[in-house]
Amino acid sequence: MKFGTQIFALGLFTFAALVAAGFGVDEPFRQHMWVLFFVLLGFVAILIRNSNFEVPASIDPSAYMDGPIRYGAIATMFWGVVGMLVGVVIALQLAYPDLNIQPWFNFGRLRPLHTSGVVFAFGGNALLCTSLYVVQRTCRARLFGGDLAWFVFWGYQLFIVMAATGYLLGITESREYAEPEWYVDIWLTIVWVAYLVLFLGTILKRKEPHIYVANWFYLSFIVTIAMLHVINNLSMPASFLGSKSYSAFSGVQDALTQWWYGHNAVGFFLTAGFLGMMYYFVPKQANRPVYSYRLSIVHFWAIIFLYIWAGPHHLHYTALPDWAQTLGMVFSIMLWMPSWGGMINGLMTLSGAWDKLRTDPIIRMMVMAIAFYGMSTFEGPMMSIKTVNSLSHYTDWTIGHVHSGALGWVGMISFGAIYFMVPKLWNRERLYSLRLVTWHFWLATLGIVVYAAVMWVSGIMQGLMWREYDEQGFLVYSFAETVAAMHPYYVMRAIGGAMYLTGTLIMAWNIGMTILGYQREEEPMPGSVPALQPAE
Amino acid sequence: MGLMDRHALIEKNATLLLVGSLLVVTVGGIVEIAPLFYLDNTIEKVEGMRPYSPLELVGRNIYVREGCYLCHSQMIRPFRDEVERYGHYSLAAESMYDHPFQWGSKRTGPDLARVGDRYSNVWHVEHLTDPRSVVPESIMPSYAFLKDAPIDVKDFSTHLVANRRVGVPYSDDMIAHANADLMAQADPNADTSGLEARYPKAKVGDFDGNPQQVTEMDALVAYLQMLGTLVDFKNYDEAAGYR
Repeated sequence: MKFGTQIFALGLFTFAALVAAGFGVDEPFRQHMWVLFFVLLGFVAILIRNSNFEVPASIDPSAYMDGPIRYGAIATMFWGVVGMLVGVVIALQLAYPDLNIQPWFNFGRLRPLHTSGVVFAFGGNALLCTSLYVVQRTCRARLFGGDLAWFVFWGYQLFIVMAATGYLLGITESREYAEPEWYVDIWLTIVWVAYLVLFLGTILKRKEPHIYVANWFYLSFIVTIAMLHVINNLSMPASFLGSKSYSAFSGVQDALTQWWYGHNAVGFFLTAGFLGMMYYFVPKQANRPVYSYRLSIVHFWAIIFLYIWAGPHHLHYTALPDWAQTLGMVFSIMLWMPSWGGMINGLMTLSGAWDKLRTDPIIRMMVMAIAFYGMSTFEGPMMSIKTVNSLSHYTDWTIGHVHSGALGWVGMISFGAIYFMVPKLWNRERLYSLRLVTWHFWLATLGIVVYAAVMWVSGIMQGLMWREYDEQGFLVYSFAETVAAMHPYYVMRAIGGAMYLTGTLIMAWNIGMTILGYQREEEPMPGSVPALQPAE
Repeated sequence: MGLMDRHALIEKNATLLLVGSLLVVTVGGIVEIAPLFYLDNTIEKVEGMRPYSPLELVGRNIYVREGCYLCHSQMIRPFRDEVERYGHYSLAAESMYDHPFQWGSKRTGPDLARVGDRYSNVWHVEHLTDPRSVVPESIMPSYAFLKDAPIDVKDFSTHLVANRRVGVPYSDDMIAHANADLMAQADPNADTSGLEARYPKAKVGDFDGNPQQVTEMDALVAYLQMLGTLVDFKNYDEAAGYR
């Protein structure tokens, strides 16, 4: 029987969730287990509906397995809209604090929902589906392990749902970008190891002699995230039927472990993985080979070696020993070079195809992504210099920096990849509308520019106000006055974010219509069709 | 055969690529993090640090649960303006029993490392209930629901045991009295002599203005009121503590 064992195993877990919901030692844990119970019950119902006793048709082993990738593309769009919407909501909460609804929708509980929503739900699904798309095509091999890809996809969605609902219920380890509690962490570890087996197994059965450069980046991202996740989340539960656990490390050691993780969530999740995306989709869309093979080797090894050291720059002038701060700063500055190596390799791939910037909005999006990558990987090393950091740390400047990287680089390159993949995955001739892509591009770009510029101003202003002295040697501003001064910038930031979200909604519409098989009748992009010459 | 040609070896062997990249990414962490566990000068020698009392720990867990660390740091940097605004710069020793650390990364609100004893209990309760009634410029959410939430733990000693397993020096005595101490600290009629011997400098009495019930508001205010009050800076040797 198809799915027989799966239904049985899932049923057992569903029952276990019900037992935990009954016997949990704290209220949030019991509520969380009820959530788990109903989600798993839904999974069981879906499996039973799809179950049958017919002998399954044999699968062509040479065909690519694109089912999980199609689902992944849809999940990317869905979580992207959700995560960015929560971002706009919490931006508005900072401007208008009455929008907080206690206890579930207070800023402190929604903020991890936003960060995890965009990083792990949107970015994670984008990485998952593009990596599985790329690895099959560059290895010319079907995904390894049969239904393993489905387990990874649905297992990862379950992780997202458990993490997100946990935050709203107040279940958190307070480790930034690693907030989920111990039992959700264990589940993610299982899913992640399955992902590693799936990806590596597909590479091992490849028909191409060489492993393509995009796969180096994807592989190093998967294996490094596994290491970071396991070590950073080591903790001791107070009860195996309770939500609360205590971190294995304390104080200064805990802080550096967390930021070793935190910075490399940026370095490997949001950079290495997305560089893998860049190395496949930019050459494909531009129809040009990667600019330099040597540069890709050098910058691959340099970037994965150097990134790991950069964590201490989150802890400048704290109680972390000076030697560790200095090491972190030096390596962060060195990191500038391999980062720009990657940027140059991506941008120069367009040599001889620069004219496509005028006619192809998808290429435009990818180029803008690489430009923002270059911008934020310059800003980052600069902010890691201790003197600069003494002003920028604790302020909105950091938030602005993160968003120019996240909205500019991660968002735009993912959008480009999805626009490229979707017509191919659903066998459509083209996207529903290229003109809507242009709208998306400009809304997103202007949104980022508004956001980042506003955060520069407010961050630097905030830092300067905190340290301003009058001629008698007294501090000029109380803290409350600096909060009041932020208001106009918080409003403008929310507007910038809303523009970006509008762009994403337009994309979701465009992608949805493409999947449904519609094509918008529209004028071709100016310049994409050669102008007819009058006959002589 | 040049170096670049030799790279083909790695490109043709997935296992080599996997092991190679894993080795390369482990170096930084080992060099930077591992020494922090055995270098003696990482954590200063100070007097006064003790584990959190049960009520303070419950309060700290509420602080974590509500994501306070997302807007409030607990790490004063050694700059003139920060020291004048918040007090003596933070020492590593002051967070040595913090699982997890709460240094924070953003100051949407002010630093809280030394907020203890700065305001009255009444002020804290008022501020947590309706922040803008006492600080008109504040953009903090309201936490009024804490006043109506009784402390939700069946057996808090398991939390002390978990902390002891990761290195916090809770004694058997502390663990045995955990549940009683938890309730006694916020009960104005309780005998707190044992509690105060186990946890010197602990603040006792009703915190939330409602002596009938021990609520989450009691716990959170008890935690806020002890922040930064343990280390005796009159006897602290600055030069010896330098890292």
